[in-house]
Parts: sequence; C-alpha cells; structure tokens
Amino acid sequence: MKFDAPMGDTPIDTGRVVGRPHARVDGPLKTTGRATYAAEWHDGLPGLLHGFIIPATIAKGTVTAIDTADAKGAAGVVDVLTFEDFDINGTANGKTVKLVGGPQVQHYHQALGLVIAETFEAARAAADLVNVDYEAEAGAFSLDGVRADAKVCGAFGGPGETRLGDFEAAFEAAEVQFDEEYRTAAHSPAMIEPFASIAQWEGDGLTLWTANQMIATTVGSMASMLQIDESRVHVLSPYIGGGFGAKLWAHADAILAALAARKTGHPVKVVMPRGLIFNNTINRPETIQRLRIGTRADGTIEAFGHEGWSGNVEGGNPESTVLSSRSVYAGPNRLMADHMGHLDLPEGNAMRAPGDAVGSIAVEIAMDELAEKLGLDPIDFRVMNDSQVDPSQPKKTFSNRHLVRCLQDGAERFGWSERQAPGTRREGKWLVGMGVATAYRAALRSTSGAAVRLETNGRVTVETDMTDIGTGSYTILAQTAGEMLGVPVDRVDVRLGDSAFPKSSGSGGQWGASSSTSGLYVACVNLRREIAQRLSLDAERAEFDDGEVRSGNRVCSLLDAVAEGPLSAEGSIDFGQSDTHAFGTFGAHFVEVGVDSYTGEVRVRRMLAVCSAGRILNPVSARSQVIGAMTMGVGAALSEKLVVDERYGCFINHDLALYEVPVHADIPHQDVVFLDDVDPYGNPMKAHGVGELGLCGVGGAIANAVYNATGHRLRKVPMVVEDIIAGLPDPV
Amino acid sequence: MTGSTASIPTVDVSFTVNGEKQTLILDTRTSLLDALREHLHLTGTKKGCDHGQCGACTVLVNGRRVNSCLSLAAMHDGDEVTTIEGLGSPEDMHPMQAAFVKHDGMQCGYCTPGQICSAVAVLAELSEGRASHVTDDLAAPALTDMELRERMSGNLCRCAAYPNIIDAIREVAGEGA
Repeated sequence: MKFDAPMGDTPIDTGRVVGRPHARVDGPLKTTGRATYAAEWHDGLPGLLHGFIIPATIAKGTVTAIDTADAKGAAGVVDVLTFEDFDINGTANGKTVKLVGGPQVQHYHQALGLVIAETFEAARAAADLVNVDYEAEAGAFSLDGVRADAKVCGAFGGPGETRLGDFEAAFEAAEVQFDEEYRTAAHSPAMIEPFASIAQWEGDGLTLWTANQMIATTVGSMASMLQIDESRVHVLSPYIGGGFGAKLWAHADAILAALAARKTGHPVKVVMPRGLIFNNTINRPETIQRLRIGTRADGTIEAFGHEGWSGNVEGGNPESTVLSSRSVYAGPNRLMADHMGHLDLPEGNAMRAPGDAVGSIAVEIAMDELAEKLGLDPIDFRVMNDSQVDPSQPKKTFSNRHLVRCLQDGAERFGWSERQAPGTRREGKWLVGMGVATAYRAALRSTSGAAVRLETNGRVTVETDMTDIGTGSYTILAQTAGEMLGVPVDRVDVRLGDSAFPKSSGSGGQWGASSSTSGLYVACVNLRREIAQRLSLDAERAEFDDGEVRSGNRVCSLLDAVAEGPLSAEGSIDFGQSDTHAFGTFGAHFVEVGVDSYTGEVRVRRMLAVCSAGRILNPVSARSQVIGAMTMGVGAALSEKLVVDERYGCFINHDLALYEVPVHADIPHQDVVFLDDVDPYGNPMKAHGVGELGLCGVGGAIANAVYNATGHRLRKVPMVVEDIIAGLPDPV
Repeated sequence: MTGSTASIPTVDVSFTVNGEKQTLILDTRTSLLDALREHLHLTGTKKGCDHGQCGACTVLVNGRRVNSCLSLAAMHDGDEVTTIEGLGSPEDMHPMQAAFVKHDGMQCGYCTPGQICSAVAVLAELSEGRASHVTDDLAAPALTDMELRERMSGNLCRCAAYPNIIDAIREVAGEGA
C-alpha cells in the first residue's frame, strides 16, 4: 500500500486494544531470564568455538608486523586469524571505517584479527600474546584544532547549509541580537548488551545470530562483505539488549565470527569486550555550536542562525546539530549549516536522535538566555514563535503540531508559576531552580512489511524482520493484530528479528513503531479480506470482534474460516514525499534541580515531559521510552563525556565506570503526559514514535534549571562540578 | 581440529545452582558468570561489562548478591547459587519478576535479571537492618525511595527504567510487610 492520502476511519480507531496500556508481552521471558540474546544460543551448535578480537593500539598508522606464533602455541587455541588472512569487500552498510583494519589502521582499537580457541578464557589469554608492530603517524584528535579547516557538510544525504530570506541583513537590522557559542561532549550509546555474534556455515550458507536493529541492512552488509548472495545469509536477532543507534550496522564481531566459522568449519561466537566497545565502534561526536538569533523588541524572531562544527573520519557524517532548528521556531530569515573537520578518532555515527539530541541542548539554552534578555517568560517566548508551517519550507503545514499545548499544559502541571528569579530560591544548603525546553524530533516513516496468519486453533501469528530493542515492538504489533482481527493480545504470537520474515523498517530514527505497525495493518487488511471471502462475507463491512466476524445479521466464528487450514496474508506500507505536509513530534520538558551551594553537586528533583506524537499505541511502553530518553538527557547534561586522550588518539574512559551513565540514585520520579491526539496524515495507524522525542531538549531544560538555581549560565555540557562551583554564590 | 597441543589447565568445581547439584570441570580462569552461561547454559545471568561495573551479572550466592563476573567459579566450591532462572519461570514468576512485568521495570531486558536479583537481595538486606550510604537512622534503615535507589545503583539500566523498577520493588516490599 502506498500511503499518499489522509487515513479515513479504520478498525484501529475503535481503540479496544491499540492505545490501551498493555504490559510488555515479552516481559515474563525477560524477567525470568528466558529471552535468548545473541551470544546465548547453544542448541545445534556442536563444537562452538570462542573468538577474541585483536585490537589496534594506535590511532593512525601502519601495521609493519603481526606475530601470532606465541598465541597459536597457547593452550586451547585453534587458530589465530589476522587481516592478512581475510578478503573482506568494503565495510558494513552505514559504516565508514572498515570493520577489520590493517595494514592501515584507521582508529584506535580497530580490529586487526581474531584469536579462536576452545574456551573464552583461552582465547582472551592468547589475544594478549599477539605482538603487533606499528609505524604510527601523527593524527588529528582535537575538534578545536580542526575547526578552522572544517567544511560545510550535510549528514546522511541531507543538505549542509540551508538558507531562507537574508539572514545576515536581518540579524544586523534586528532590534535585539543574541550571539553565543555552546559545546557538547562526545557520547557513547553504552547499551548494556555488548555487540555479539554467533556464526555457523552450512555449505555456502551463513546463519548469524547477532545483536542488530536492522536485519535486512545487515543481511546486505554480510553478503557484500563476504561476496556471497543475500539468499545465502540468514540473520536472527529476536532479542536485543539495547541499541541506541549502535546496533544499526554490523560490527567487527559479526564479520569476524563469520570468517572464523568459515575458516575453522565450526560455529564461532564473538562477543566484543566492554573495553573495546567505546573505541572500536561508534560514538556521537563532540560539537561546537553557534546560535545567532535576532528579534524585534517584542520578541518576534526575525533571524534565526544555527551553525555546528564536529569532526569525523574521512567520508563520515557530521553531527547534524542544526537539523531540528530548520523546523522548530519561526523566523523569515534563516541560516542553518553543519561543518565537519577531519579527525582520526573512532567513527562518529547515528546515536539516538542524531544531531537533535545535542543540537536541541544549544538551541534551548539560547532560547532561555534570549527570553531573559527580552524580559519574557521562556514559555511565552517559545509560544509566540511557534509556527504551524515548517519555517524552512513554508509551503508545508505540520500535520499535527501541538507544541503550544505541550508547553502550556506542562507549565500548569509542573507549577511553573512558582519559578523564581535566578539564584534566589534556597532550601537549606540547596539552590533550587526550574527549567523548560521544547522537544522536537521529525516523524520519519519507512517502508515496512509483515506477514500475518490465522491458525486453525484461532491463534494469530505475526512475522516480520522488525526488531524490539526494548522499544516494545512485540507488544504494539500484537495489539495491532489483535485489534484488526478481533482477538485478545494473548492469542497473538509475534515473531521478530528473522531475515526469513518480510522486510520491515527496522528500529531507528523513532520510525519503527509507526512504520512496522502500519505494515502489519496492511497485512491484516489483506487477511481480513481472505477471511471474509472464506466466510462469504463482505470484507468492507465485516466487523472483527471477540473472535467473531459479523456482517449484517450474520455472525461467524473466526474458527469457521480456518476449518480447512490456516489463512495467511502479507502486506507492506510505502510512503511518498508529501508536498503539502511536514511531519513532526513535539513536546515540552520541565525540570527542577537542586544545586548544593557548597559542592556544586546537581540533583535532579522532578522531571515532566508532555508529548504530542499522534496516537500512542501503548502508553506503557511509550512512557518507558520517554523516561528512558529523559534519563539519557540527564546523562548528557551532567555526566556523560567521552574524554579524548590526544597522546593516543582514543577515548580514554572506555568502560562503564569512567563513562558515567545515570544510575538509580541520579533519577527521581518522572512524569510523562501524552496529549490525546491522532495524525491521519502520518500513516494508517495515525501514530508516531516517541523514543527520540523524549531525549530532545532534556539537556537544555536541565541547563536552564541549573541557571535558574544558581544565576550562573553554563554553555558547555556536561555541566561538571568544577564548572558549576566557579559561579556559585556564597553558601550562606 | 588444528591448533595448539598444549592443554588447558582445569579444576573440578561442585556447587548447587537453583537447588541442583552441579559438578563441572572448568578452565581454571572461568568466572562464575561464564560457568553459568557457557557451561550450564543458564544464560539468564548477563554479561554486560565483565568488570563489575554494570551489575547485569548479579546472582545470589548463599543468599547474598554478588557480581558473578568478578569471582572465579573455582572459589564457589560448595556454595549455593541462585540465578534468575531459580527465582521463577514465565509460568510461575517470583513476586519480584511479576512486579517488574506489571510496572514495566525493563525495556531491552538485558540488565533485568541482575536488577531483579539485586532487588530481592536489597529487601533482604533492609529487613536485616543493614545500613547504607544514605541511611539516616543507622539503627533502623527505612524503606524509602532514596534508600532503594542508593542500594540499586550498582545495577545500570541504559534504557533507564529506573522509576519503574523502584515502583516494582516498593510493591513487593509492601506485599511482604
């Protein structure tokens, strides 16, 4: 089905199942340890061997010699394979650097080979016995160092620079001018399940159990790297221990497991050690951002300028800091541009809400600063510069933009009117402040297919290569099929993450929920037709409810339709470009912090997000997506920073003790409110995702709350104690 | 199989896992975590960092929670180990497992077994009157949200179901009281 016109009434609108809170259907498996993740398959894998990655320990240069003799002689070792043994064509789809380096080293901890042994312990010990000689070259590791040479560059095929009107002239003429610079640190996705793969060959066919968000992409990657036909690659990833973008692509574990299994004739498991993950794979790069905003005296924006600078490997993408600035606030004169400099650090790539997660921090601090300069409440300032058309493409109207309601509804719920002047509210040793920020993330849509089958026992089976990375895909797909076919969720079996099933959108860019359920919706429409035909009913008028099909005065059991065998159907959704509408998700974040007036420690005391994203398919999993994203925003604001050691050209804090993600003690009670709305222009489900929306703006709201608490403005995140304490008033 | 002819040093280990006596011949370097996952195929206990930094590998040893990645299997001869599989099954969940489902105390599920094992131990520690870093009255630790958050902080959840996990633990604590 090509979706190109607003959706009329559908069975989904009855809302008996979809839109109702439903516990995660995979919950009992996950809480009892029975959900099987990539490294955990054992059945049918006789003689399983363990691989341990040999990493490069320079950032740039050439391997001059690699001596594997000691490793090969170590107890339990079956073989040691290095880049000299491999013939890998290109790299994984979506990645820029090679998954296996050598002799040229492209970044620190790039894989150079694999030790294969009978036990994990033997492989690990032998990896330390591999001696590698290098001819190291000087590299570029500092964003400040390459900023002057950075070029305008677009991310993921988008434009590098966009303009509307005459930004420079309008900014120059503006009655109020604002011009500041901001910095955000590099981040690691730091999902708790490491990258992991088990590979097994049967003849010329590869089976790969791996942790991956995009099954079809990874089939393509493996086929092309191994130079075999896609039909010979079977990828399975039914449970994934978090991705946050890191598992959009195949990584070194996948290709090395496949090559080692082919070489040894045994199944091989490769789990990437935590210490390698930070430098071997991908990160969200550090950014510098300049905001120039010119307004009239009353606060109306006349000129909006946002420029970003980041660094990446040659051929990589810049961090698309200005992406959301094109669409959030009004202003007839606009300049948005991203610039990229060449760095020899590990590859930057798409971590959760790429671009927007950190772009929104700079923009939302700037809006707070400018509101104060104008003497306006920061909510009023945002409301007066709302835009129902896409400011950068004024011919397009937002299909569903309720930002103003999110801000105003949130202000009421949060008690915004009690916010006091900066640096004036004290509770004992605590300086207390409130902050607000807009959340915006595009509502992307992607081609997605599914198969659905009515079994002879009346149960329904859904199959698609869609993944559930914790997002709740299993549950919303079960709800969708349940609604469409009139059966309760517990009679729907959802099977995911298998390349034998129809291709889906996969999980990324918060498009998964709406796209995958829309594809299943189409499959269910087709199956309803099959069922009605079997029952000699009019499919268009038939009502599916409570295990029955009703039309006119006829009532049939679903079981009657499958008396002679199961009925199945496939379906797929495809989206064209709209000339008339822009699609987005919107929200408002509210945060209250306490800042210890002696130590500068920041405690987040309350958080609220009010979100508008069309129909919310399952308020339980959607809320979890948003609170999880809010927490990632707390990390970005207060603790998360990949620290570059310029001596070695690596992120030196490459473990979970020194790369500080928020823990239980950092996170207070969090409230999430979803506006009750639907977006018929978006897709058949009239729904959008929220997994990235929940992250956008959070860091800005926290920074603004810290400013409101202390009266000292910080323009660099994470806001660490040494920066905060410098601007604190006297403790007493 | 080609490769080295040197043999891997091994050790015999006997312990009880989820009520069943197990005797294993293990590479001496095998952690308790890898003994569970690779040898007993009890993969509910997760490997997140292998360095005691994430808590995903938390199990109960003789009733106390430990990071199973940080201790060698050979050190547990004679011990009683309880893993997430021993607490309950999908058909017969432990109250803490059921509360995690009810309150959506998970997303990707990878840290979840460790969170649940920790949570069960936390309630035991509190009932025994053990104090923590945030306890106000050392003689009588109270079951407050902050007390639970502090005690659960060794279990990272990157999906960040933190408030839901606290709600789940509170529910079980309430039922137990």
